Amino acid sequence: MRSVPDVFNRWFALRGWSIHPHQFAMLERADDPATLLIAPTGGGKTLAGFLPTLVDLAQGGHDGLHTLYISPLKALAADIRRNLTTPITEMDLPIRVEDRTGDTPASRKRRQRADPPHILLTTPESLALLTSYEDAPRIFKGLRRVVVDEIHALAESKRGDQLMLALARLQTLCPDLRRVGLSATVEDPGAIARLLARHPDPCAILEADPGPEPDISMLETDQAPPWAGGGAAYAIPAVLEQVKAHTTTLIFHNTRAQAELFFHNLWLANEDALPIGIHHGSLDRQQRERVEGAMQRGELRAIVCTGSLDLGIDWGDVDLVIQIGAPKNVKRLVQRIGRANHRYNAPSKALLVPANRFEIVECRAALQAVRDHDLDGEPRGPGPRDVLCQHILITACAGPFEADALYAEVTSAGAYADLSRADFDACLEFCATGGYALRAYDQWQRLKQMPDGRWHLRDPRSARLIRMNIGTIQDTDTLKVRMRRTRGGKPLGEIEEGFAASLTPGDTFLIGGQIVRFESLREMVVEVSRDKGRTPKIATFMGTKFATSTQLSDRILSMLAQDDWPELPTHARDWLHLQRDLSSLPEKGRLLIESFPHDGREHVCIYGFAGRNAQQTLGLLVTKRMEEMGLAPLGFVSTDYATLIWGLEPMTDPAPIFAPDALRDGLEQWLAGNALMKRTFRASATIAGLIQRNTPQARKTGRQATFSSDILYDTLVKYDPGHLLLDITRQEAMRGLIDFGRIEQMLSRVGGRIDLLRLARVTPFAAPLFLEAGRTPVEGAAQERLLAEETAKLMQLAGLDREGLQSRA
Amino acid sequence: MTREERSMNGYDFTLAGQRLVALGSGALYWPSKALICVSDLHLGKSERRARRGEAPLPPYETRDTLTRLEADLNKTGATTVICLGDSFDDDAAARGLSEDDKLWIIALQAGRRWVWIEGNHDPGPVELGGAHLAELPLPPLVFRHIAQPGHSGEVSGHYHPKATIRARGRAITRPAFLIDGDKVVMPAYGTYTGGLHSHNAALAGLMRSEALAVMTGPMPHPVPMPR
Repeated sequence: MRSVPDVFNRWFALRGWSIHPHQFAMLERADDPATLLIAPTGGGKTLAGFLPTLVDLAQGGHDGLHTLYISPLKALAADIRRNLTTPITEMDLPIRVEDRTGDTPASRKRRQRADPPHILLTTPESLALLTSYEDAPRIFKGLRRVVVDEIHALAESKRGDQLMLALARLQTLCPDLRRVGLSATVEDPGAIARLLARHPDPCAILEADPGPEPDISMLETDQAPPWAGGGAAYAIPAVLEQVKAHTTTLIFHNTRAQAELFFHNLWLANEDALPIGIHHGSLDRQQRERVEGAMQRGELRAIVCTGSLDLGIDWGDVDLVIQIGAPKNVKRLVQRIGRANHRYNAPSKALLVPANRFEIVECRAALQAVRDHDLDGEPRGPGPRDVLCQHILITACAGPFEADALYAEVTSAGAYADLSRADFDACLEFCATGGYALRAYDQWQRLKQMPDGRWHLRDPRSARLIRMNIGTIQDTDTLKVRMRRTRGGKPLGEIEEGFAASLTPGDTFLIGGQIVRFESLREMVVEVSRDKGRTPKIATFMGTKFATSTQLSDRILSMLAQDDWPELPTHARDWLHLQRDLSSLPEKGRLLIESFPHDGREHVCIYGFAGRNAQQTLGLLVTKRMEEMGLAPLGFVSTDYATLIWGLEPMTDPAPIFAPDALRDGLEQWLAGNALMKRTFRASATIAGLIQRNTPQARKTGRQATFSSDILYDTLVKYDPGHLLLDITRQEAMRGLIDFGRIEQMLSRVGGRIDLLRLARVTPFAAPLFLEAGRTPVEGAAQERLLAEETAKLMQLAGLDREGLQSRA
Repeated sequence: MTREERSMNGYDFTLAGQRLVALGSGALYWPSKALICVSDLHLGKSERRARRGEAPLPPYETRDTLTRLEADLNKTGATTVICLGDSFDDDAAARGLSEDDKLWIIALQAGRRWVWIEGNHDPGPVELGGAHLAELPLPPLVFRHIAQPGHSGEVSGHYHPKATIRARGRAITRPAFLIDGDKVVMPAYGTYTGGLHSHNAALAGLMRSEALAVMTGPMPHPVPMPR
């Protein structure tokens, strides 16, 4: 065990601090191969991670890199550098700390490669890039420790998988490397420990004192929430009262769209002109930094935000967190609550604001789950193969490699421990030749085998392309938004390309809290002007929609099984009783389907409780089956709990529609032409290196007129249906936006116990679904008909219908 | 009008007094000459990309493009074929075609007059059969790769035009023919081709104000050219 040098004790004493028990424990375990520390925010977690490093380096005499620190956020790396610099300077330690991210100037990056600092703070992508250089062995020579911060966040994404593969590489270069993970509270620390450690090394889990229980409740409002929707505009007066009563409040939303709308409405009601800012991932970086700066200086009373503030810099003055809309996921809720009151040993205070009636039930279930410390999470499954393909290409950039050695190295990463040699070889084959059934242009393979059996890049030019495309973060295609006639002026932020394409000049929408009018799309920049209106015509752009977790859905179903609900407000309680009296309440082991006529059409409401994405997929698959059976479905809408379908004929026999095999067959067929599937394919094909997002030409011209990845998808489906990337895409479809895995879970939970109730009219539970936005028309011939109608209308408007044209010609 | 012509899905229009049909496939048909024109096939694109050290794309685009071309030839019974330039992604790609693909092209050429127009990607002559020309005047029309301002009766390609229209909140984008009283700019026919929006300055400046965009697809739809 290392003892704490006197200089450290004196420095702590000077500040009136004492070393926490978990910080001592980390020092004691400094020589363990891997350690995972679970501690609440503000618990001195980062210092605990760095203490062994600082103690080691305090003696001096270490040459080159000693410790790598990896965080998911660039901003966090910069912040940690400032935080470490203070004690290092004040104790006058002989330690050099630098950060290296995408924002670091090229000159400093070059110097860092030649002369690495003792402590390098970086991100998974920058680390992957470092490992791709031929001189990686020299850069990392002498590396002793690696600290992975916010590992709970990284563990949920492909960024974490990429990082762990990079650590496997580093471990080969530096066999004595010790790994430390720092995590917020999670449901399954063992799973994260397995990811962190070299397989099959053990990994000790240290849990710091979690501090006092959070003070969390529902926000009391005069008005009941509306029946449907997600805006929570009804709660604005009550939220403003809370903002006034606290120093600094974070107001979390589940989507950027909702954050924009709420912020807009908040300002309309903000008669005292309280300083309130907005922060989300689509805003321009400068705008975000300005808000962060104002926050750190304590100038803001509240920030309306999204997941972009789930992680990051500690803001000591936050004394209240408000969650607008059902939290959807208990673990994220707990982590968000942790953003309040970073002073250790003070309880975090949080309020939940349901956005509609059903969310009252969900919020209540979430409160109970927080009190029971029952966190949720879906096991992530085996390491994704698209990330492995990128890793193989990165490895090839660094120099020739042996397939056997790389396979051994890759399977030492926890997520890839069970990777079969056949799967590895298929990924290697994909990187080398494309892995197509048709063997073409073999002389132009990307990777070739040398006479000694090692693999290398055929064309050294490809190393540059591969390096330019390192990373697994998939930003959807976005376009910058700029005020018109401010050439070179500051961008306001970004919107999705699909949303931009749907805008017509004159349309108004919200961005960064202001209403703007769409003027034109010029050289891939959306030009807008200020609009004086108070109501945007188009609500706002899309954003990720989280699905309610399996565990939370189960809790809701358990709640519905109660005889009565004294814990709920009267209006919600009456609503549940009414549903039980007029129809039935959904149960865990059964699938409730209601069938009723309304407004001249037949309706079916399916209470699957499978989460928004899976319910949406279910809607697509069920309507497809209904179409085949001649039930003439017209459209559907989905929430986290149910899917409502309308059409011309009633559903009378659900069994053949919900047979798992039938749904799975439907999925296979439907996936072939589906836009979501194409999006999933694009993401995986980009990560695996088939599609190059960045090319030297594209950098020069801003954007290359390249063909769409949809064409590649269609081509593979048609000519090479067994291709690796289609296999990866199908696997991805079980999660995420398609989430077929949740449908399968639901079907196995139900086990064929389907209750179809024929009712005379709309039921209390189904009624709010009629008010939901986001209706999906049933596709098919519909698109061609729409196009025909629309083009005919346009031609007529322009006087360009057939007669008009003939007379001109 | 023959039965075959009626069964074709196409948009009929007149250029320099000649009746032409813009087919949903992206090919242009000239019934009185039994002539079909396709532009920007970009055959061998995946081979060229791989040669330059980029990712190996699925090597099926030549097969797919030729399959569609063969279907159009059978449907129209065309006896003259004009490939309007950029038929190959580069000269080496033309040489690099597989033997099967070369034989396939030769089979399509059998019994037909076949003209390769030079493009910026494929300026040199190809080893395959057929005439190789910088441009082809067939009065009152002229076929060339890149449009020349001020000419009329001109059929050209090069720009890969596409158009977007909004139908009930949904944006639909398709490769498109751009047509005005003087000229037609053809969509790219090749499978691995992207497009340039009709509202791009290069196209907006080229086409007269009354220009139409004919969107390709199962049924070609004319719209005032989106600018």
